[in-house]
Amino acid sequence: MKTFPVGGVHPPENKLTAGIAIQYLPLPLTVAIPVSQHIGTPANVIINKGDSVKTGQVIAENKGFVSANIHSSVSGKVNRIDTVIDSTGFKQNAVFIDVEGDEWVSTIDRSSEIITDIKLSSDEITKKCLESGIVGLGGATFPSHVKLTVPAGKKCDILIINGVECEPYLTSDHRLMLERGEEILIGTSILMKALKVTRAMIGIENNKQDAISHMTKLASAFQGISVHALKVKYPQGAEKQLIKALINREVPSGRLPLDVNTVVHNVGTAFAVYEAVQKNKPLFERVVTITGKQVSKPGNYFVRTGTPVSKLIEAAGGLPDNTGKIISGGPMMGKSLSNIEVPVVKGTSGIILFPKNESERMESRPCIRCAKCVSACALNLEPYLLMSLSEKDMFERAERERITDCMECGSCSFACPAGRPLLDYIRLGKSTVIKMARERLVKK
Amino acid sequence: MSLTILITVISLSLLALISSVILYFVARKFKIFEDPRIDEVQEVLPAANCGGCGFAGCRNFAEALVKAETFEGLNCPVGGAEVMGKAAKILGREAPVVDPLVAVLLCNGSPEFRPRTSLYNGVNDCRIAHSLYIGETDCSYGCLSRGDCVRACNFEAMYMNPETGLPVIIDEKCVSCGACVKACPRNLIELRKKAKKDRKIYVACSNCDKGGPAKRACKVACIACTKCVKVCEFNAITIENNLAYIDAFKCTFCRKCATECPTCSILELNFPPRKTKPETQEETIMV
Repeated sequence: MKTFPVGGVHPPENKLTAGIAIQYLPLPLTVAIPVSQHIGTPANVIINKGDSVKTGQVIAENKGFVSANIHSSVSGKVNRIDTVIDSTGFKQNAVFIDVEGDEWVSTIDRSSEIITDIKLSSDEITKKCLESGIVGLGGATFPSHVKLTVPAGKKCDILIINGVECEPYLTSDHRLMLERGEEILIGTSILMKALKVTRAMIGIENNKQDAISHMTKLASAFQGISVHALKVKYPQGAEKQLIKALINREVPSGRLPLDVNTVVHNVGTAFAVYEAVQKNKPLFERVVTITGKQVSKPGNYFVRTGTPVSKLIEAAGGLPDNTGKIISGGPMMGKSLSNIEVPVVKGTSGIILFPKNESERMESRPCIRCAKCVSACALNLEPYLLMSLSEKDMFERAERERITDCMECGSCSFACPAGRPLLDYIRLGKSTVIKMARERLVKK
Repeated sequence: MSLTILITVISLSLLALISSVILYFVARKFKIFEDPRIDEVQEVLPAANCGGCGFAGCRNFAEALVKAETFEGLNCPVGGAEVMGKAAKILGREAPVVDPLVAVLLCNGSPEFRPRTSLYNGVNDCRIAHSLYIGETDCSYGCLSRGDCVRACNFEAMYMNPETGLPVIIDEKCVSCGACVKACPRNLIELRKKAKKDRKIYVACSNCDKGGPAKRACKVACIACTKCVKVCEFNAITIENNLAYIDAFKCTFCRKCATECPTCSILELNFPPRKTKPETQEETIMV
C-alpha cells in the first residue's frame, strides 16, 4: 500500500465520531466573525455598526491577491466591530452580529438537488472561488483562488484531493466523504476544469474503509477521477508527503507543489467549491468535529463561522469536569484555546476536549541522542539539532540546517522519549529565521 | 668522531642563520602596529564583556575609544563616570558627563491586579509564550512572568518575585547594560535616568489598548485618560498609542501625576512618605 517513505509516526487514532452523522448546529445568539480567517492580508470590513446583514452577504472584502472575502454566516444586526481572541491565541478584529432569524441572500440555491453540469468556464470558476471566500479547509486556510491560478511558465498535469485526515480524533472529512461524496466528486471535476487537468487522484487513509469503498463506487461515474487507499501514517495529510505517497514526486525544499506539476486540495475544499460554483453559496459554514474521551455526546456538526466554541461544547453535552485542555484542530498540530468564547473559523476542523491527566506535558529531560526525532521527521531534518540551535540563539546556523522547511507537524515532539519541547523551540527558531530573511530582503 | 660533531655544529648554525634572516624579513613585512594605549585602556575597563556599550566586549570598546576623536556617544554603563574619567586621562581627552541609567519594568500586573484567565503549560521561555498567544492574562502587552530577563542578567541584579510573578530589579546592582531590554520579547524594560536616592516615577504599563479593554484586563493599566498630561507643569508627559510616557529628563519629581492617576498606573518609588495635611476634625452632629 502506498505511503511516503521517510519519517512519520502512528499516534493512537481515537476516531470516536467516525460513525456519527453530521448534524446542523443550532444558530447561536451572537456570532463574532474574524476578518482574518486565512493566510494572507486580513480582509477589509465594508459594513458599519448597526447595519442589517443577510446570511451569505459579504461583510469584509479581500485586500490584495493572497486574501479572501469574509461573508456573514447569519442574518441580523451588526452589534459592533471589536477585537476578539481567536483560535491562534491573539487578538484580531471581528464583526459581532446579533442573530435575528436566518434569512439567506436570495441568489443562494438552498435546494438539496445535486447539479452535475458545470456551466462556468475555467476563469469564471477561479473568480467564483475568490468571490465566495474559499480557502483551504484542511487547516492551513490558504486562499484557493491563488492555488487555482497557475502562473505563466508552470503547468499542472494532475490534481490531488486530500481525504487523508491523518490527525487523530478528527472525522469531519471522513463524514463529509460518506455523506456528501457526490458533491465532493463534482467539486473535484470543477477544480479539474479550473486547472485544465484531465486526471485527479483522491487519497484516503486505510482506516476509513467505508469512505474508500463509497468514494470508489461513486468515482466510477466520473471521468479521470480515481480513489487510492493509503497506509495509515502521520503526517500523510501534509501536501508534500501526500504528493510523494500518491505520485512519487518530491517537492524540493522551499518550493511549491506546482513546481512538480501538481496541486493539492482538501475534500472539504472540494465540497465548498461545489457549493460555491453550483449552488452560489459562499463559504460561511463548515464541518467541525467535537470530540474527546470524556465528552458525553461527541459528534460532527455543520457550524456557521463565528459561532463561539462554547455553543459547540454545549451541543456535545457540556464541558466535562476534569477537562484540562481544549484544542482547536487536531491533537498533533492544533492549538490550545485560552477561552471557550473563541469563534469557529474557516480553518477549525475540530474541537477536542482533553482530560487533565492527558493534557499535562511530560517533564523535559536531557536529550539522550537516541535520534527518534530524526527518524520521525518526514522532511529529513534533525529536530534535536534545530531545537538546541534555537535555544542558544544560533539562528544563522539553524537557517543553514533548513529550519524553514519544518511544517510543524509535531512528529518529533511526539516521538521524543525524553519529553523535550522540540517543536516549541523549532517554531521559535523558524519564525526568527523567517523574520531575519525578510529583513535581509528589505535591506537589499 | 670530531668531524661528525663539527658538521653537526656547522649545519645547525647555518640553519639557524638562514631561519633568522627569513624570520627577520617576515617579521618586518607582516608587522602589525598596535597602539599600546589600547592595553592601558582595557586595563581600566570593568572586564565584564557585557556588551552594554554596544561593542562586542571590553577589548573592542577600548579599541574604539583609542580610535575615536571624541568620547561622544561612547560610554561604559558598567564603569560609569569613574572608569570613563580614567580612560579619558590615559588618552588625554575629555569624558562627557553621561547620566547613569537604571532598568525599570513597565508593567505592574501582579495577579492581584491582572487576573489569570488561562494556564500556560509550555516551555518556561518568554519568547515561546509570546509567540504562542497573548499570555495567561487578557493583557497582550504585559509581563509573561517566565523570566527571560532574569536569565539574561549577568550581574545578578534581577530576580523573580514569586508573589507578583514579576521580575524585580535591584537598583544598586543594575549597571544598565541593556541585556534584559534585549531579552524581553514584549519590550517591557526601559533604561531610565537614575535619580538621586534611586527615586523613580514612571508609568508602569505598556498596554496600548483603549481604556476599556485595558482596564478590564488589568486594574492598574494606563487608560490614556490624559489626566497626568494636564497636571504636569513641565511637559514631561506625552500620550502615544493610548499609553502615557513620562520623560525622565524633563520630570522634576513633583509627584503630581501619581496622585492624579485614576488607575494608579504611575509608580513612585523610594520617595519619603507624603506629608499628609492635618485633617480637620469633623464633628458629627448628633441629632
